[in-house]
Amino acid sequence: MTDRSKRKRTGLLLTSSALVLAGCTGRQSALDPAGQEAAEVYHLFAVMVIGGGIIWLAVIGLLLHACRGQRRAWSENEASRLIAWGGVAFPVVVLFALLVYAVWLMPTIRPWVARAVPEPTLIEVTGEQFWWRVRYPAEDGMAGFETANELRLPIGERVAFSLSAADVIHSFWIPSLGGKMDMIPGRTNVLSLQATKTGVYHAPCAEFCGTSHAYMTFSVVVMGQDAYDDWRRKQASGNQPGGSEGERLFAYHGCAGCHSVRGTTPIAGLGPDLTYFADRETVGAGALRNTRENVERFIRDPSSVKPGSQMPAFDMVPHGDIAAIAEFLTGLR
Amino acid sequence: MRLLPKEVESLWTLFTAPTIWAAHFLACYAAVAIYCEKAGAEDFTFAELRLALVLITILALAGIVLSAWLAWRQWGFGSGDPPHHAPTREDRLLFQGFATLLLSGLSFVAVLFVAVPLVVIEACQP
Repeated sequence: MTDRSKRKRTGLLLTSSALVLAGCTGRQSALDPAGQEAAEVYHLFAVMVIGGGIIWLAVIGLLLHACRGQRRAWSENEASRLIAWGGVAFPVVVLFALLVYAVWLMPTIRPWVARAVPEPTLIEVTGEQFWWRVRYPAEDGMAGFETANELRLPIGERVAFSLSAADVIHSFWIPSLGGKMDMIPGRTNVLSLQATKTGVYHAPCAEFCGTSHAYMTFSVVVMGQDAYDDWRRKQASGNQPGGSEGERLFAYHGCAGCHSVRGTTPIAGLGPDLTYFADRETVGAGALRNTRENVERFIRDPSSVKPGSQMPAFDMVPHGDIAAIAEFLTGLR
Repeated sequence: MRLLPKEVESLWTLFTAPTIWAAHFLACYAAVAIYCEKAGAEDFTFAELRLALVLITILALAGIVLSAWLAWRQWGFGSGDPPHHAPTREDRLLFQGFATLLLSGLSFVAVLFVAVPLVVIEACQP
């Protein structure tokens, strides 16, 4: 092999391993835990990979030993002993230990609400094609409120989720924090999580639910306790700047028939709540970045961005009006 | 005359241990599933159910050990080495004893594996 092709090969290897390893960190990785449950799962994973690696090396070592030309073959007695210890006793003990370890971990990976004292805040999350309805309960004198496609959690505090689905089976999974748990129509599942690092994390729907399944995600913002309390107070009060032209057009063109913006329009519960919409990261539950152009694009033809979206196209609305509505929505903070 | 004949010329003894494992498996899973489905309707607690299943586990293990001991006896307490593949009555008996012994070992481990969650599970998950 020439020096040049050797260099090329090394470069290719480095680039590809960097790309593969890049998948191990980031805001949607179970290998970069930011929550107690995710840390336990990561720990289990590390133990399994290292243990599996050691056993693999031992087996391959034995294989190489067996392939090597030998002066003396093993006696039948020695071979039987190897099989009895290496093939029977060792797997039984190791599998038993792993089973005990995994079963013992289960209560920490899946803490039940009944065991957690004091009882955690129960946030209702409903999966709908193809977005997430989120309801925070009334607490500490603050009113309950609804929001969509974004969860905000306090750091270091156990939070429970009451999970259900409105149409088909979805699955709730925040890889960085723990999980996952299916959301099944007609049934309520409970999952509890505890975040340990502030940051913004990414959560995909983990059960195929239709054409835009891949565009059904939400963001999770883990905040300090004070910032979280401020955010809840702001959401509960629902005070928004009113009186703009965009707000009028939002009602005039019928947007308010499905979407509510607390404090300005009457409550409507068919589509995602848009209160403080500008604080969210994305448009259309993770389909696009939250910019004015993207909001306009989504209003004009949601199905071009999210195939199968329940929201009809509003391309008959004049350009200027759509721009004004987008201006109104991206100003809601 | 022996209480338990030393040479049992039936394949049924071969299946004793796996059958005990299957019955134990069903008993554990069905008992917990039914208890949790009817949670609150029974007169006993989950801890009592767990204790009952631990007793069933001990009984199952004892049954398997008995089956293994009988098999070991049939195999001549390990006096002859496998394979017992000669077309004679003697070898058939030894083969059956050895196979039963191995199956008993497997069933013993399997019953232990099934019983592990009993140690950890404390309540029904809502």
